[in-house]
Amino acid sequence: MSIPQAPPGATDADEEAAQGRVYTVSGEDWDEFVAANEAGDDFAGGEQLVLNMGPQHPSTHGVLRLILTLDGETVDEVRASIGYLHTGIEKNMEFRTWTQGVTFCTRMDYLMPFFNEATYCFGVERLLGIEDRIPERAQIIRVMLMEFNRISSHLQGIGPMGMELGATTIFLQGLRLRERILDLYELITGLRMNHAYIRPGGISQDLPPGALDKIREFLGNAPRLVRDLRALIDANPVFIGRTKGVAYLDLAGCMALGITGPMLRSTGLPWDLRKSQPYCGYETYDFDVPVTDTCDAYGRYIVRMDEIDESLKIIKQCVDRLAERGPGGPDVDPVMIRDAKIGWPAQLSLGPDGLGPSPEHIAHIMGGSMEALIHHFKIITEGFRVPAGQTYVPIESARGELGAHVVSDGGTRPFRVHFRDPSFNNLQSLAALCEGGQVADVIPAIASIDPVMGGVDR
Amino acid sequence: MTAGPEETHGSEAPQGPAPGESSGKLPAKLGEERLEAPVVRSGMFGVSTTGDTSGYGRLRVHQAPLLDTPRPYGGYFDTIADSLGMADAIEHVVVSHGEMTLYVKRDRLLEVAAKLRDDPALRFELCTGVSGVHYPDDTERELHAVYHLASITYNRRVRLEVCTPDSDRHIPSLVSVYPACNWHERETWDFFGIVFDGHPALTRIQMPDDWKGHPQRKDYPLGGIPVEYRGATIPPPDERRHYE
Repeated sequence: MSIPQAPPGATDADEEAAQGRVYTVSGEDWDEFVAANEAGDDFAGGEQLVLNMGPQHPSTHGVLRLILTLDGETVDEVRASIGYLHTGIEKNMEFRTWTQGVTFCTRMDYLMPFFNEATYCFGVERLLGIEDRIPERAQIIRVMLMEFNRISSHLQGIGPMGMELGATTIFLQGLRLRERILDLYELITGLRMNHAYIRPGGISQDLPPGALDKIREFLGNAPRLVRDLRALIDANPVFIGRTKGVAYLDLAGCMALGITGPMLRSTGLPWDLRKSQPYCGYETYDFDVPVTDTCDAYGRYIVRMDEIDESLKIIKQCVDRLAERGPGGPDVDPVMIRDAKIGWPAQLSLGPDGLGPSPEHIAHIMGGSMEALIHHFKIITEGFRVPAGQTYVPIESARGELGAHVVSDGGTRPFRVHFRDPSFNNLQSLAALCEGGQVADVIPAIASIDPVMGGVDR
Repeated sequence: MTAGPEETHGSEAPQGPAPGESSGKLPAKLGEERLEAPVVRSGMFGVSTTGDTSGYGRLRVHQAPLLDTPRPYGGYFDTIADSLGMADAIEHVVVSHGEMTLYVKRDRLLEVAAKLRDDPALRFELCTGVSGVHYPDDTERELHAVYHLASITYNRRVRLEVCTPDSDRHIPSLVSVYPACNWHERETWDFFGIVFDGHPALTRIQMPDDWKGHPQRKDYPLGGIPVEYRGATIPPPDERRHYE
């Protein structure tokens, strides 16, 4: 710790004239700081303290930087500074084919990759005019994975929230359940994150043998684990004390700031795109939209927990439907659109050099059909063309309305793809949530928004 | 990778008549008619010389026709158009893929948005943000700002599109009507250089404050930026030493 800290070559007078006195507090030295300043009158006359929080602060959910203006313990002003994780994904997508775009956008909000892929693919499919021709099996698997993703994302929101409030157990319990979901992702897609599994026209490959049994096993254990987690948190006096009445934002505020998702539903408005503007066959599933009317961080937690239960219900219905359909296959029950000019080969198998087209598919294109070889070559190298136009197909992601504004000029690559990320939008409400409150309440406020900086900065 | 002068990117109607003129209000062309339309881009990755190793240097992308949907639009879109009125503020209307786009004159944007939000028959409470699109060939309308609005009361959606010439890239800010646009407009300024007049603090949001240029524009190349860290500079990937 150094008080005050001045850059080399600058005198204290220069420094203070430029930005006031600068103190560096690096953690576990607050007492020293207070002791050293007790004699001084810096904070006596109601002078404000500008506190920089982040971008490497563990409780800011990634590289979020906050600039807090404090008057004692009260937050006068919050400004969020973002962009530390900007990776230019939208720009990069303009230089790759439509199918390759999935590989990029899955990395945006890395805690809900399936939603990113899905909204992009829905946009591309609408432009292609093939929304009605997507195989039913692919749609069911998409719904199932999106609901798994909602659970894993909420657990990653709630677990760290508990840790930030001082309870490591909540974190570990939350992640224990999430880990089982990641294992299922790995089984189904081959990866725990960044799957690129949902593709324009369908999904990259069918469920592996035995996947439904594993999912059923998970469905057998999950309710107990969720119940344990709720028993730990729901009535926990410390958790309630830190979250009830904290980070208040009512319906009018949510509307003005464009807030969607669990934050909006914590104000009592049951706005869920799965119900109001169904996509991917959600209208055929039986589930409820949980709401609370407390408008605070605790209400958002309850909404997320209730949504986990509803998602489990949907997954169960998906598993039943898939079991009813029996084993799939390219000819019986495909997972990729039956259109050789659009459908990326979905018959994959694991070889000694990794995952690739199955031996049957290779035999077919190399020895069986000249047209199949041409189509395969064209689709892999050139990709497909998408008719010119623009679409925006919003979906209800774990954090709220996620939509991709997809623009095509008729070529083989996107002309422009813009993702309306719910974290980006919802983070705007931080000032409304925190100003006038205690500095300690900033932490549950951020956690109740549940922002993911990969999605915010893209 | 930069596009040569002849392979500029496409646009909705670079050489078509100005929107709003009756001759521009034609349905989409089909088949051979469309193939006769001028080529807007060739080559797969925008490279026609030796740079294109894809084997698709002769790929040709024909420009899309200007769409202008005649009445009736179908569904609730007619209700929106009737309730909104303000025909003099709307340049033209496109209904495609089950979505409605209103092209709004930029000096009337605030009025239109306020009416869409406040009119009891419209009630578009939610603005889900702004997205920019750069059409370098759309002369005098190069930069587009696209707003997606949602009505929770009526469960409807509509898209507003505002065009501005690159030489005078100003669009009135919607923050006074939809505060949600605050960060979205900052992002669009950051990426496209569209100035949103009346925005409370139009600063860069994703790129560093001292960044030069607006990266999502089509004339801004991908890559080619050296990495600076603590005084040291690492050249961009395409200029680094490589080993055979």
